[in-house]
Amino acid sequence: MSDLRDLYQQTILDHTRKPRNKHEMLDATSSADGHNPLCGDKIKLFLKINNGVIEDISFTGSGCAISTASASMMTEALKGKTLTEAQPLFERFHAMLTSPMDHEPDIESLDKLAVFSGVREFPVRVKCATLPWHTLQAAIKNEHRPVSTE
Amino acid sequence: MTTTAEKPAGRKSVKPEAFDIVAIRSDFPLLQTQSHGKPLAYLDNAATSQKPQAVIAATARYYTNYNANIHRGVYKLSADATAAYEGAREKIAQFINAPSAKEIVFVRGATEAVNLVAATWGMDNIHSGDEIILSEMEHHSNIVPWQLLAQRTGAILKVIPITDTGELSLEHYQSLLSDRTRLVALTHVSNALGTINPVERIVAAAHARGIPSLIDGAQSIPHLAIDVQKIGCDFFVFSGHKLCAPTGIGALWAKHDLLEKMPPYQGGGDMISTVSFAGSTWNEVPHKFEAGTPHIAGAIGLGVAIDYLTGIGMDTIARYEHELLTYATEKMEKISGLRIIGTAPEKAAVISFVMDNIHPHDIGTIVDGEGVAIRTGHHCCQPLMDRYNIPATARASLAFYNTREDIDRLAAAIEKVKEVFA
Ligand SMILES: Cc1ncc(COP(=O)(O)O)c(C=O)c1O
Repeated sequence: MSDLRDLYQQTILDHTRKPRNKHEMLDATSSADGHNPLCGDKIKLFLKINNGVIEDISFTGSGCAISTASASMMTEALKGKTLTEAQPLFERFHAMLTSPMDHEPDIESLDKLAVFSGVREFPVRVKCATLPWHTLQAAIKNEHRPVSTE
Repeated sequence: MTTTAEKPAGRKSVKPEAFDIVAIRSDFPLLQTQSHGKPLAYLDNAATSQKPQAVIAATARYYTNYNANIHRGVYKLSADATAAYEGAREKIAQFINAPSAKEIVFVRGATEAVNLVAATWGMDNIHSGDEIILSEMEHHSNIVPWQLLAQRTGAILKVIPITDTGELSLEHYQSLLSDRTRLVALTHVSNALGTINPVERIVAAAHARGIPSLIDGAQSIPHLAIDVQKIGCDFFVFSGHKLCAPTGIGALWAKHDLLEKMPPYQGGGDMISTVSFAGSTWNEVPHKFEAGTPHIAGAIGLGVAIDYLTGIGMDTIARYEHELLTYATEKMEKISGLRIIGTAPEKAAVISFVMDNIHPHDIGTIVDGEGVAIRTGHHCCQPLMDRYNIPATARASLAFYNTREDIDRLAAAIEKVKEVFA
């Protein structure tokens, strides 16, 4: 089945098996909890922000292959970026996942994150891919209420 | 038309010894369809069951031939609709061996039935410091209404723990019963584990101390012959949609004297006897609890679903499903890296499982691609997931229209899952 291979790309499986930046951060400047009640995914995101720059970012928690890989690749994509760069990246990522199937998604500016374009063929899994990003938004606002995708 | 009630429209010709699975499957239009280009193997029956043509036709017949509001209508159409609606109530009473159809209250489903009991009987009988006993394997719908009641009244919830195999710890239950216990509210069959609880013994132990009990029959009534008098409970609740009937209809059974004493649940039309601004008086039971226009088509459909299942025979269904469960359990146990959650000796046909290093959500997506529909998640049992220290399970839940081939397809699809994550 070709579409399953679109979803479970090798890069995604690699990040699922060996998530990057998956650890607690003791000197975080902010953190947030995210929860996807549909599949029980739970994530905690840590940020170290200095002068508007994401100096360090990490996560802990348990989740499905898609949310784990998304969290892992998000941390790689954002480390060293400014907060003003992070926001449009999330918007482009979200737009790619929710773009209609008869539209070629705009993946150019997304770099490695483009591997998630197959998720849009599986609408119930979009929330898995966006959970880490929603949690990021909460962490940036330094909200301590857990975010939920439902 | 001389309709007085929907006549039994089930498989009249099926005798218990002649369980014709091919004929049964052909009664369900949805089982003839495909999913992702493959024949559908529907294994999410604990969430909701498929509907036989007889039920679909009965609801269509109501809307086509005798759609009218019930009760109070002086014209024939309304009388026909009333007869069919009240006829369904009689069928439910017989199906669960209730002493009287007056003890059957139509509700939206098991959830509304529990909320009804909590909001009426509960508010009258449960006070600050009183205790309600539940179990660790309850569906959220038999937890949260009691939490709401406890918040309002200052009552306390006590929880019967379960063993690793998924059985209630009966010793612990005995020790929880106290002079402050006002209710034991327990599921008959666990939707997430399949465990069949020894409800008769549990109810008897409560009754010995004068404590009433509520049994959540949402998962037992589709699979076992139910006799509320034999169980001995005071309240029994279930949903129609898990029983081959439409969504949005279900029933509460309660002992007549309890229903008489309980205050109304919602106010409105139909539940009153007289209304004036000085005050109103209530209709007799069960109508006192049925405010407003009910789900008439749903109730009629539920009556026909009961005819259909009775035509096959609940004992026959239980026997067939048990054979399927044994086959499925053996097959799943052979899959390396797979662990079944819920291994009680007395089980309904539910297999919850987890796999090493593969999240249930990914299992669900991949087997779906093979045309196999299973559920993944916490199954509205978060406390139970916490008990096993897992975020979720994948769950195959079987019905009498499933086959060994469906199980084989699931097993083959699980091999696919392993390939993807190899
Ligand atoms: C054991 C149990 N109780 C109660 C319910 C609630 O049923 P409903 O959502 O139809 O009200 C369910 C449904 O999943 C269930 O499995």
